[in-house]
Amino acid sequence: MTYGNGGGDAHVVVKDVTMAYGSNVLMRDLTFEIGRGDIFFIIGGSGSGKSTMLRHMLGLKAAAKGEIRIGGELVTADPEEMRGMLRRFGVLYQSGALWSALTLRENVSVPLEKFTALDADEIARLASLKLALVGLAGFEDYYPSEISGGMQKRAGLARAMALDPEILFVDEPSAGLDPLSSRRLDELILELRDSLGATVVIVSHELPSIFGIGTNCVFLDAETKTMIATGNPAYLRDHSEHPTVRRFLNRGDYQE
Amino acid sequence: MEATLTPAAHVDLIEDTLRVRLSGDWRLEADRPEASDVARPLTGGAAARRIDFDATGLTDWDSSLLTFLDEIDRLAESAALEVDATGLPDGVRKLRALARAVPPREAEPPEKRPPAIDRLGARVQRAGGRFGDALTFLGEATLAFGRLLKGGGQFRRADLLELTQAAGASALGIVALVSFLLGLILAFVGAQQLEQFGATIYVADLVGVAMARDMAALMTAIVMAGRSGAAYAAQLGIMQTNQEVDALTTMGIRSADYLVLPRILALVAMMPFLVLFSIFLGILGGALAAVGLMDLSWTEYWIQTSGAVSVPDVAGGVFKGATYAALVALTGCYQGMRAERSSRGVGDAATSAVVTGIVAIIAACGLFQIVFDILGL
Repeated sequence: MTYGNGGGDAHVVVKDVTMAYGSNVLMRDLTFEIGRGDIFFIIGGSGSGKSTMLRHMLGLKAAAKGEIRIGGELVTADPEEMRGMLRRFGVLYQSGALWSALTLRENVSVPLEKFTALDADEIARLASLKLALVGLAGFEDYYPSEISGGMQKRAGLARAMALDPEILFVDEPSAGLDPLSSRRLDELILELRDSLGATVVIVSHELPSIFGIGTNCVFLDAETKTMIATGNPAYLRDHSEHPTVRRFLNRGDYQE
Repeated sequence: MEATLTPAAHVDLIEDTLRVRLSGDWRLEADRPEASDVARPLTGGAAARRIDFDATGLTDWDSSLLTFLDEIDRLAESAALEVDATGLPDGVRKLRALARAVPPREAEPPEKRPPAIDRLGARVQRAGGRFGDALTFLGEATLAFGRLLKGGGQFRRADLLELTQAAGASALGIVALVSFLLGLILAFVGAQQLEQFGATIYVADLVGVAMARDMAALMTAIVMAGRSGAAYAAQLGIMQTNQEVDALTTMGIRSADYLVLPRILALVAMMPFLVLFSIFLGILGGALAAVGLMDLSWTEYWIQTSGAVSVPDVAGGVFKGATYAALVALTGCYQGMRAERSSRGVGDAATSAVVTGIVAIIAACGLFQIVFDILGL
């Protein structure tokens, strides 16, 4: 069996992965694919290892067993080997993770300065453009502490999109946002995906987001310590054979 | 991978329309045309009224195309031209719409620099505010101490013990090293001068009295400002940033009682021991220098030292040390509690804790010299 680019238009291939902290196994036998251009949700209850899955994909943690390939390349936990790949990733962290000592423009400029040969003028223009894309035009010289949580998250998205990533990873986009800001962020992610054609991988348990923009998902179950469903979230909500999945996606309103 | 095509943009004037023909792979890494070059016909006074685009030759694009179009927009606006974006790829048009969905926030007009007298006034006011703030903090800490004496201590005993260990036992190594070397250096410098008068034996007096009265307390306090003062500022600063301090406040627990007081108590309680330890090691360092380099015997040195150093000398040194410890702990906690909520804010707090701590120690040391002199101690 061959993996990588041979596997149709799969962008991310997770094969037979076991995640563990020491001898404590968190999840085992994870096998799924994320298609190019998908908005893919990793869902599951609290403590099911959603964020850990993300860390594995980013090479921040090594899989105890199995392999993850992104665009055909093997993900390793060695930052040196990952460098080339990481340049094509964008990551939006839960709280934005903006560098507090830098202005928004500087935050967005850092990856551009490190990874492109553009001159300062062009970098400044690009940074302004990215901030305008997330609705923050005119906030270039603000520090992260001077703007609201929702704006910080959008600025984080602008930074994640700085290098036009092929794949965008988002950790809990709705955490700490009001429903309207959360929805606006979802729409923004959708718009950016549509216009730039990137693949988006989102860790979330926010049902409105999942049904609103998700095209595919994997469901991690803490009890059985493995994935119990994969597919379109709206379809799973109505047709999954798994009561746990049905209950979760229907906010508990499901009787066997 | 397919070969990349050089990005290019050509402009034709068709009746009153400037048509920009885009072609190739527009990528950030590529050498791309400048918007100002492309738009030269605009400034040349051509009879154009609108701009449109033909993107049929465009093979690939990223943000670089967007910034290019942004520039074109700006130039078109200044030349009062209409921009027709229908010829652009779908994604580009969507992104352009997205970028314009929220109008840019009006930048606040740059403030005019006020006259010098105003700025001076503002500085004095700020300094006054800070002074008042520091006094409030000192008051809070004092009240917390009063409550403790009345039996109302709110901190956890385990915290106090841990802080005591950090401020005491864990600091022994560095205090020992610094004090020993200080004694050695004092003896060495003193001996060179005293040798001229054949009074080498008085090196013991010099080292003993200097260490006991001032140097041990001063050096130990400076070491503790770098060790504990900075640690307190960083700990409390991070707690402030993480809203841990708010969590205490809303639970009805006074941060002065719970966080500040145990730190001050721990450092003030441990400092006398550290100073005694430092005096002892300083004298030991001096003795080593004297015995090793100056033909004095251990016994001679010891007898001379015990004759020179009196109990009041040592007690004075210990008292000074405890005072310095209170200053270090207070400045450290003050800076931490008032830290700005950011990584830079916490860094600044740790820096100011050490700097103001050392300044306070030196100032107090000077004051002690005068007061002790007046009292004839």
